[in-house]
Amino acid sequence: MKRVLGWLLLLPLLALCVLLFMSYLAEREEPVVGGPAQDATVQAARGRYLALAGDCAACHTARGGATYAGGREIQTPFGSVYSSNLTPDSNTGLGAWSSDDFWRALHHGKSKDGRLLYPAFPYPNYTKVTRADADALFAYLKTLAPVAQANREAGLRFPYNQRLLLAGWRALYFRPGVFQPEAAQSAQWNRGAYLVQGLGHCNACHTSRDPLGGSETKADLAGGMIPVLNWYAPALTSGPESGLAKWDATQLARLLKTGVSDQGAVYGPMAETVYKSLQYLSDEDMGAMAGYLKSLPPARASAAAPPPSGESLARVMESGGRLYAKYCADCHGANGAGAPPAYPPLAGNHSLTMESAVNPIRMVLNGGFPPGTGGNPRPYGMPPFRLVLSGDETAAVVTYVRNSWGNSAGVVSPVEVSRYAAVPLE
Amino acid sequence: MAERVAACVACHGEQGRATTEGYYPRIAGKPAGYLFNQLVNFREGRRQNTTMTYLVSNLPDSYLREIADYFSAQNPPYAPPQRLLAAPAALERGRVLATAGDASKKLPACAACHGSALTGMAPAVPGLLGLPRDYLNAQFGAWSNRVRSAAAPDCMAQITSRLSAEDLGAITAYLSAQTVPPHAAPAAPTADRAKLPLDCGSIPRGAP
Ligand code: HEC
Ligand code: HEC
Ligand code: HEC
Ligand code: HEC
Ligand code: HEC
Repeated sequence: MKRVLGWLLLLPLLALCVLLFMSYLAEREEPVVGGPAQDATVQAARGRYLALAGDCAACHTARGGATYAGGREIQTPFGSVYSSNLTPDSNTGLGAWSSDDFWRALHHGKSKDGRLLYPAFPYPNYTKVTRADADALFAYLKTLAPVAQANREAGLRFPYNQRLLLAGWRALYFRPGVFQPEAAQSAQWNRGAYLVQGLGHCNACHTSRDPLGGSETKADLAGGMIPVLNWYAPALTSGPESGLAKWDATQLARLLKTGVSDQGAVYGPMAETVYKSLQYLSDEDMGAMAGYLKSLPPARASAAAPPPSGESLARVMESGGRLYAKYCADCHGANGAGAPPAYPPLAGNHSLTMESAVNPIRMVLNGGFPPGTGGNPRPYGMPPFRLVLSGDETAAVVTYVRNSWGNSAGVVSPVEVSRYAAVPLE
Repeated sequence: MAERVAACVACHGEQGRATTEGYYPRIAGKPAGYLFNQLVNFREGRRQNTTMTYLVSNLPDSYLREIADYFSAQNPPYAPPQRLLAAPAALERGRVLATAGDASKKLPACAACHGSALTGMAPAVPGLLGLPRDYLNAQFGAWSNRVRSAAAPDCMAQITSRLSAEDLGAITAYLSAQTVPPHAAPAAPTADRAKLPLDCGSIPRGAP
């Protein structure tokens, strides 16, 4: 009995040791070694490209505000965080920073003064960036015109507003470490992996979050609902019935670079990612990313939705079909083939048949334009139908497109429609 | 082009004609520079309407200009004016403000910038006729709450601050009760922006 009690007393101590060790792993900093000196203009030009690949300006610019001066609100389930001023202003921006300070921020998630940074800044991804690339990014930021704009402190609820608690979060979810190439894979594959896992920070959206806002590493890129934004970012892995299995690699690269393809168009938060970041990547880098994505094995077996059936379904499908013919067929075609790249196909379109119907519901409610990119500068748009169709009708037409022309997915209820009709667009 | 912008006419009506009922403003036939400025303003948060901002957020200037040119070139007929219950005295006050202004309140005539027929002035001042009264009221509300703004100096924000609640009611009642003249079109650009009663940042300098 005594011995058991002793063990029980030891348990918390053991747990503490494990936590301290994990914390040590998260906080350990390798000695800082500067990258080799480079031609300054070449380096800054490369930094500019890397900043586009990392989508830095998108987060670090408020709507209508000066580029890179920060202040954009990033909403999280715990409250709002505001991006920082990255212009070289010496009082409010990075003017007084050294490239070592910048490296600590990007690689270790710590500010110049040692404050732990919130992971709304995707440093768990950027930690994979090489020192040479980080130096190039910093060299580019140094060439910007300084803008005096003070940073805004995060508006998080207690206890999340205690930056010190981030140490616990970091012990659980964060390991600093530059991307290590896999020797068995090609240089192209490794380039794709480096971009997707690092600067691209695709898993910031495409992986589900646990209640503490950590991404589930075991289900990397397996898809997930984006908190607050309420869009579903689909799996980028390739299961038999899910993910990118059915995507042709060339079409996938085209989708990511231009926003449109023969197999679907981007919309919602993905449209912004393409507009502000991915459209600027070179064809080689885009090809490498698409190739890497196509090589990913399924992360978890996704249970195929049982094909819905029954008499009530037949009724819903019939009224959905009538609505489709009246309101949608002009653009998406009676057979769902669409007219790409102007109008995406709905038949075989992966983004309609995921378990969650939020994306097609919100598209029908709000419409939208794919991004206007270099490769597709004059996109066609889809009208919003929230003023035309009732909740029942929206549910019926979305059920119809999810279950026609070979598509098969769950039935959509009017309750789901009204839930997403209330979600703000921004 | 009509096919590309089918999404817009869902609210703004065929060819952008809108109606004088409801809230959606007419966009057909407005000066192209004005329409372009508004689309950029929605994208950059200088005007606030979540749907408008959502739709244009990921569209580049070149395309917004083309969309503006397209709607500016449309000339669909206007709907008859709204039938409103407004006191004759208010309507008369509205007419005076629109055509002559009120020097005692430092209010220039609306016509000085919006054209003698109030049908706008190329390239950046919109016409004021054929708009729903609710829409007009909302715009003045937005200027006074600083949720609508144009390039500085923002002359309409200054004018709004000089309008009393009664004058505001009078001017929007008058404007929304007018029948739009046939073949209404924006007036030719002013030779010199400096000759306007107030400086407006959204009008290109040295226009035309
Ligand atoms: C998803 C949004 C997002 C993206 C993308 C993003 N950042 Fe940030 N960044 C933030 C937020 C939010 C903060 C503030 C975090 C805090 O207050 O703890 C921040 C903070 C920083 C800081 C620390 C500044 C300081 O004063 O401590 C640096 C440096 C930085 N980001 C650089 C970058 C670079 C370089 C990129 C592109 C490679 C980038 N960020 C992309 C959201 C983002
Ligand atoms: C801000 C959140 C966000 C980020 C960051 C993001 N995505 Fe997405 N992505 C989405 C959403 C939401 C969708 C669903 C809408 C759509 O299909 O366009 C999506 C869709 C996609 C699709 C279409 C999938 C399909 O089956 O139709 C691909 C491919 C994709 N993303 C790749 C990427 C890659 C590669 C990255 C990183 C470079 C990335 N995404 C980063 C949110 C994001
Ligand atoms: C005027 C033409 C038009 C009409 C009418 C139209 N759509 Fe669309 N639809 C589009 C365009 C263009 C896109 C791409 C929008 C984007 O990427 O933001 C799209 C995208 C979609 C998508 C997302 C698929 C993807 O890959 O982007 C769905 C789902 C959809 N439409 C369903 C419908 C339904 C259901 C109706 C009828 C209620 C309808 N659409 C009516 C033009 C139209
Ligand atoms: C869901 C309905 C809806 C759709 C779709 C829509 N608009 Fe609007 N639009 C509005 C509303 C409402 C306003 C008035 C906003 C305000 O109060 O400032 C507006 C205002 C405007 C204005 C300013 C008009 C003025 O006189 O100042 C322009 C220009 C405009 N829209 C163009 C467009 C274009 C171009 C599209 C397509 C890309 C579009 N709209 C799609 C609802 C819509
Ligand atoms: C000094 C020149 C000037 C005067 C005087 C002036 N305006 Fe304006 N007005 C403008 C300009 C310029 C714009 C376009 C602002 C923008 O780009 O947002 C405008 C826009 C407007 C709009 C927005 C229309 C729309 O479609 O959204 C309204 C309403 C308006 N003015 C009403 C008035 C009224 C009423 C008066 C008289 C009391 C008046 N204005 C006097 C220059 C003027």
